[in-house]
Amino acid sequence: MIQSADVFRVFQEHRGDAIVIPTGTSGRHWREFTTNENRDLNMGGAMGQTTSAALGLALGLPDEKVVLFDSEGALLMNLGILATIAGMKPENFCHIVLDNECYATTGGQPVPNAQEINYAGMAKESGYSSAYSFDDLEEFATNVEEIMQATGPVFVAIKVVPEVENEPIGMRVRPPTRSRAETIRDLRSELGISAD
Amino acid sequence: MVTQQAAVLSPEAMVEEFEKNGVTHVVTIPDSETNYLYELMKEQDGLEIVPTSREGETFGIALGLLVAGKTPVVLIQNTGMMESGDSIRGMVLDAGFPLVMVVGYRGWNRHGIITDSAATYTEPFLNAFRINYYLVEQDADSTRISTAFEEARATNRPVAILVGDEYHGFNR
Repeated sequence: MIQSADVFRVFQEHRGDAIVIPTGTSGRHWREFTTNENRDLNMGGAMGQTTSAALGLALGLPDEKVVLFDSEGALLMNLGILATIAGMKPENFCHIVLDNECYATTGGQPVPNAQEINYAGMAKESGYSSAYSFDDLEEFATNVEEIMQATGPVFVAIKVVPEVENEPIGMRVRPPTRSRAETIRDLRSELGISAD
Repeated sequence: MVTQQAAVLSPEAMVEEFEKNGVTHVVTIPDSETNYLYELMKEQDGLEIVPTSREGETFGIALGLLVAGKTPVVLIQNTGMMESGDSIRGMVLDAGFPLVMVVGYRGWNRHGIITDSAATYTEPFLNAFRINYYLVEQDADSTRISTAFEEARATNRPVAILVGDEYHGFNR
């Protein structure tokens, strides 16, 4: 398994101008490495549906690279989206799943069949252009540029170390972040999309 | 003897309203009742169809398209709308974008007792989410579709069109 922060550290060097949508417990690490926050987007709001929103964004902005950092728990809540994405064939879409095999934010309970599922296999058989699996950082680092250059939809499953949270939600300390509305506003400004 | 033809909502009227309101994408789950509309929409230049696997996806996809500056509509059945409750909450109501959702009103009828629970709970569901809606049954009602778009844009909220002719005009 790989530390999530290391995934983002390696990815940042290959990000280019891509729009990045981080989700889940692991996704919080992206803030430590991003150098272009105007192209970072928070699309959370309903677990499992950030994937749908990322697809919609990719379809609506075909000239922009869209990279989603998903989680396996969220993907399991909306597995049909794999077929939907594969059917639409967004060439600009890269779908990365950080798989910590559990619901880290609720105490680390395992997701169903946590250690036996082949997410990349499901994506590939659903019709993604290509699919990768990694549980070694060096291997990911070797392939990440190829992944970013590949014609989408591309799927990447990465085994990451769980960062389990057990404190009651009300006692958790979170660093200040931009809200979803703020990230949408900033991205639209960056891309010159007028607010209606 | 003159046989009076029943008034129906034609797919052409629906597509015309979409065009009038600048719709770019129809995010949908095709079904047998709306198949003719689906075929007609596929033929329209500038109107992209996004087939989905489950209705909950449609609201997230629509949000992404809205952020990208597009004008999507969601086209689903009332059963799927009810399945989509958390998506409607988190990806539409909380997001503050205008969205017209066209909902097939399965089980609804004007002339008898409604026995299909899909119809029984449709309007209570929309009322619980405080989503305004307009019933469209025939071409003469189709201007309500533009009314829904205007209301959605003015309020930055979802507005529903309930298609009460699901088993009739669209399935000719």
